[in-house]
Amino acid sequence: MENASGLQRQLARMKKDLFDQGYLDEQFDQLEELQDESSPNFVEEVVTLFFRDSSRLMANIDDALQQCPRDFHRLDNFLHRLKGSASSIGAAKMKNECTSFREFCSEGNLDGCLRSFQKVKNDHTILRQKLENYLQLLRQVGPVDKASRSGS
Amino acid sequence: MGNPLPSSRAAEAFPAGLRVLIVDDDPTWLKILEKMLRKCSYQVTTCSLATDALHILRERKARFDIVISDVNMPDMDGFKLLEHVGLEMDLPVIMMSIDGETSRVMKGVQHGACDYLLKPVRMKELRNIWQHVYRKKMQELKEVETHSIDEVINILRNGSEDIEDRHLIDETEMSSMRKRKDVDNKEFVDQELNDPSTVKKARVVWSVDLHQKFVNAVDQIGFDKVGPKKILDLMSVPGLTRENVASHLQKYRLYLSRLQKQNGGTCGGNMQSDHINKTIKGKFGLKSSTNVQQDWELTKYACTTENFQTHGIVANAAHVSEMNRVAPAQVIASKKALVNDAQLGLFLSFKGMLPSIREKACKPLHDERPVMQLMQYPEQENYSVLEGYSCLANPDRDHEPCFDHFPSSQPLITSATCTNGKDMKDLYEMKPLQPAMPPMACTIDSVSIQVKHGLVNLQDTGAICKLEGSPSIEDCYLDETCNQGCFPLTYEVSLKSKSDSDSMLEDLHLYSVQKLSYLENVSCTGTEIYQYIDSVPITEVQRINLCEDSEPSGEYLYDPVDYSIDEYLFS
Repeated sequence: MENASGLQRQLARMKKDLFDQGYLDEQFDQLEELQDESSPNFVEEVVTLFFRDSSRLMANIDDALQQCPRDFHRLDNFLHRLKGSASSIGAAKMKNECTSFREFCSEGNLDGCLRSFQKVKNDHTILRQKLENYLQLLRQVGPVDKASRSGS
Repeated sequence: MGNPLPSSRAAEAFPAGLRVLIVDDDPTWLKILEKMLRKCSYQVTTCSLATDALHILRERKARFDIVISDVNMPDMDGFKLLEHVGLEMDLPVIMMSIDGETSRVMKGVQHGACDYLLKPVRMKELRNIWQHVYRKKMQELKEVETHSIDEVINILRNGSEDIEDRHLIDETEMSSMRKRKDVDNKEFVDQELNDPSTVKKARVVWSVDLHQKFVNAVDQIGFDKVGPKKILDLMSVPGLTRENVASHLQKYRLYLSRLQKQNGGTCGGNMQSDHINKTIKGKFGLKSSTNVQQDWELTKYACTTENFQTHGIVANAAHVSEMNRVAPAQVIASKKALVNDAQLGLFLSFKGMLPSIREKACKPLHDERPVMQLMQYPEQENYSVLEGYSCLANPDRDHEPCFDHFPSSQPLITSATCTNGKDMKDLYEMKPLQPAMPPMACTIDSVSIQVKHGLVNLQDTGAICKLEGSPSIEDCYLDETCNQGCFPLTYEVSLKSKSDSDSMLEDLHLYSVQKLSYLENVSCTGTEIYQYIDSVPITEVQRINLCEDSEPSGEYLYDPVDYSIDEYLFS
């Protein structure tokens, strides 16, 4: 029991950090609320889906940035979708950075675009790592956690 | 998505069970939204491509109450999808986007979106989407109400027995009706007015024919000078309002402007026909009669029976060529209907009212027939049986009208057999749908009306329209969300405009219960009558030869069976 509550506390702390550092926002809470008996691994599934899809999008963006001449319109489309995707799990930092990215895009500011994209990639990587840890812990804590969390 | 059986929705109350189609190319969002919607107890179908979504919507089996779609999709612009859904299926559509720019939102509204959600979407926003379905329904009803009451007032004023005004029917169709004036009609009117809440309601549905008229009117006026009032005048469809035309015009304009952009303005001349074709296709589905469904999808919550609707509209669809024959609709009370005490199901089968529908190549509707607007009934109303039910040659005019409206919510599945006093063998030609088909409405020689008065509880009752191709009786059961026996058993009746089609009724007509006594003889309890009905040989298909003179035409529109029957009839 103690171990469980210890894990729970750890879990809660991790989440708080993610929020405080701006990696996640309240949309992530929504995800956790959606998890229930009929979909016990909902959060993990969604997060996995997100990273898979966003990686693909980012590869496309990479290509688009390499192309000469740059097709900013096409780039903007990708960004729009990436932003939408980020919003789905509450990836706040990524989402905000996408907004800046889009602005550079609309200006045709390649340099700005490249810098912005680098940030997006970093945010993506860091978030992925943190969420992997979080989810791992989540798995350990198991269903007990749900009960305690719903109380909080 | 199969045909929902009544029992599957039995336990749920609106808005639970709302059928939502969600379209989004983002797999993460699709998963999340699906989960959210399911948590709201909605029935969800997901789609990641707009083209798939349209396909699903057009498919016969799929039935939806509302569509939620993302704005940015790779294969099709969300606004385009919105337009299509609006034109073809007339479902409420909610747009979603991460982008909340005013211009985008405005575009959504302009294209007809009933709401625009910003991502990230919260569950509480989704919980309330049912209001759009409900609101649409209310709007439609209001429209109809205005008509019906106006018409009734008109009639009163004119003191005319002419039921023309009471129908939302094209005038040419009524010419045959005029010859069949019936005292009962007037009585019906009186009763109707006594109880205004029972005014029959109908709703405008832009069928192929109606749309064709619309387009013709637009052509005549000139697209540049066109305006709803002018179109309305030219169309001269009784019961159509300026508002109906205006909203349809807006959709049409959007559609054309988009086509124009697509075609680069090169095929301007073809645009219109293109549009018609597309519309027709869209409305009626491309190849199979099953696609006709969607046009009837309009008020799902108002109780619809799948087969009923499909066939109803198939009856007059432009692609009738696929259907060599259209079985007239007979609405039959469900077998389950009568178990309650002293509740009889209203059982009307139309006998001798409709011309036989023979096999023949059916030409596109707009060639020959005036089109009637489709009638739909709201679920919570009592229905008046009336408006223009002219009885078939009923010699006994001094009978009380058989159907009166009840103030209460009586069950309203009615089917009546009516003879035209002539050949007793005049029956609907009903093509047996399947060998094992459950009994269809049967005709009984000496009875003008067999009445079974059933209860409104939809679990018990179901209007069964035995139409061609109807797979099974279950399919015809009314949607249980309809808490009253509202049977939007609407069919479009198009008559060949032959003046000698005296005995044809363009509408479902109730007959005075000539031989009520017959009923009494039979039995006064629902069960018994029901059983009686059952025992009548049903699979027999008899030809109807309604009008000796006229050639039977193919399609009929029946008003739904919502008739309240005066209790005294059965006492």
